Amino acid sequence: MGELVKVKHLHKEYGRNVVLKDIDLSVKKGEVVVIIGPSGCGKSTFLRCLNGLEEIQGGVITVDGLPVEPDKKDITKIRQKIGMVFQSYDLFPHKTVLENVVLAPVKVQKRYKDDAIREALVLLDKVGLADKKDYYPRQLSGGQKQRVAIVRALLMHPEVILFDEVTAALDPEMVHEVLQTMLDLARSGSTMIIVTHEMAFAKAVADRIVFFDQGEIVEETTDVKGFFENPSTDRAKRFLKTFAYE
Amino acid sequence: MQGLGIDVLFKGTNMLRLLKGLWVSVEISLISVVISIVLGLIVGVLMTSKNGALRLLFRSYLEVVRIMPQMVLLFIVYFGTTRVFGINISAELSAIIVFVFWGTAEMGDLVRGSIKSIPRIQYDSAYALGMNKFQVHFYIVFPQTIRRLLPLSINLVTRMIKTTSLVMMIGIVEVLKVAQQIIEANRKASPNAAFGVFAVVFLLYFIVCWPISRFAVKLEKRWV
Amino acid sequence: MDIEVIRSYIPLYNEALLLTFKIGMLGILTAFIIGLSGAAALYFKVPVIGKILTAYIELFRNTPLLVQLFFIYFALPKLGIRISAQTCGIMGLGLIGGAYMIETMRSGLESIDIIQSESALSLGMSKGQVFWNIILPQAISISIPGIMANVIFLLKETSVFSTISLMDLMFTAKDLIGMYAKTIECLFLLVVYYLIMLLPVSILGSVVERRVRYAGFGD
Repeated sequence: MGELVKVKHLHKEYGRNVVLKDIDLSVKKGEVVVIIGPSGCGKSTFLRCLNGLEEIQGGVITVDGLPVEPDKKDITKIRQKIGMVFQSYDLFPHKTVLENVVLAPVKVQKRYKDDAIREALVLLDKVGLADKKDYYPRQLSGGQKQRVAIVRALLMHPEVILFDEVTAALDPEMVHEVLQTMLDLARSGSTMIIVTHEMAFAKAVADRIVFFDQGEIVEETTDVKGFFENPSTDRAKRFLKTFAYE
Repeated sequence: MQGLGIDVLFKGTNMLRLLKGLWVSVEISLISVVISIVLGLIVGVLMTSKNGALRLLFRSYLEVVRIMPQMVLLFIVYFGTTRVFGINISAELSAIIVFVFWGTAEMGDLVRGSIKSIPRIQYDSAYALGMNKFQVHFYIVFPQTIRRLLPLSINLVTRMIKTTSLVMMIGIVEVLKVAQQIIEANRKASPNAAFGVFAVVFLLYFIVCWPISRFAVKLEKRWV
Repeated sequence: MDIEVIRSYIPLYNEALLLTFKIGMLGILTAFIIGLSGAAALYFKVPVIGKILTAYIELFRNTPLLVQLFFIYFALPKLGIRISAQTCGIMGLGLIGGAYMIETMRSGLESIDIIQSESALSLGMSKGQVFWNIILPQAISISIPGIMANVIFLLKETSVFSTISLMDLMFTAKDLIGMYAKTIECLFLLVVYYLIMLLPVSILGSVVERRVRYAGFGD
């Protein structure tokens, strides 16, 4: 009920290389789903499929009841419902912070520029970057860039936001500020699907944990604490062990 | 074929003459390229020297070559030298002088660029391994420089060949001039000869230059 | 050198410069338009057009402008296509320049990280919007040094226009040498006038290049 994102029997392959097999997942409104798993397990590809950036070879993805199909004309409409923040370096370098965040609301949603700017400033202020509005991306730190990228996604008023390893390319001291922003967002009731390697963060933010391995969902649970203490599958156990030092 | 005037080329020795004309162009460019490469290697190394005056000198030389059309240089050498120095140099020699003057600058800049493109860390790590200056250059810098240089200097060959088309302007009988002569001689018999003959000249240049530039692209993809 | 002679030649050279510059600029403009649309077509991988463009680029990059001009000016009329010398000059320069410009801008477009278009797409932009607002502005600024180099190359190439009897700088110099044998004066003016035309462009080019290379957006 109130399922916002629905994935049924998703199958994705590059040539003969199967990346995702028979994935089923639904995400409710307001839910925060965290996807974890070893590198190359298909979790990033999965997010890209949700946003129609990848062709899929089987199954159905719907967002808010609308099917996600990369080459359909209304894909741009669906994408407006889905925000996405990438690993890094995805701000537009030829535009200032403010121009970056209002570009799509003005060009795509045809909102009044003044309104978009007003809202943008409020959001930038929330993430502590209002004073950087006229800076170009290259003048910002990695963490600041990612916070701008989050604001850019938020300003489109998406139904759900996808985060694809947003802290993976950041210096350690920048990671915290970005995760804090995401945590605030989660607490304000946003629907989020997060791919991350930050286990402590995953534990703190997730309503549900989905563990991917070799292109399939191996374990899925709403008992977040329980998962990290004692996962029910061997594969998850082995994966979690790689984060521990003895 | 009559209508398009290609038949003219099969009369007598016309086609052979055209090919001989093409060979004149290719010959001038090959001689110029060989000399340019040798001189360019020296100039290029000198361009990386620490001597500021020397660098400035070569920099201005390069700028002159970059700005002046080759045709202007040809005119200066061919028409100018006679007036100023009272010496009469042949059109062929003028052409080679100009192409070498131009080619050396271009080649020198390529050499300079290739040497400069080797990152500092390559030198540092080679020195850190205990190599001496000669070893660093011979084993590390040189091989990398050559790899970057070769495709670019092959491109210079095609540019030379294309530019030799200008030498008809100082009276050298190369492929275009021969083409004009053939068209002129057959004006009555085949009035459309201009189409066929110029089309063939167009293709001849392409047949010569295209494989060379493909080869350069291939090398570049493999090495850079 | 005879100053009087030089003075009397100056008006002729002025006229020639104007003509050379006019045809040069129109040719470069044509080249830029061909370059932009061609690069866009290659970028979007338009099926048949891509093959045609590749053939065109190879053909025009591997033959001299002089031969291209002769073909357009002397050969095409035999097929009933008659073109004035000026149009021929603009066409020739535009075609050869277009081939070079496509290559320059295409590599500019290709150098833009794929994540740029993906993040724009994920904001709901259409492919066209992504191209105009995100990819093209960045690609152009990256291509500027290459474009400037092409402009200088094309302005230099105008020196072959005299062969199709356009009264450009070369033509004027050659004509005057032939008539009055004032070789030194004529050649001196020829060099000066080419400098007048090319030096500003060359300086502008290196200024722009330095800005693009060492600065970019945000300085």
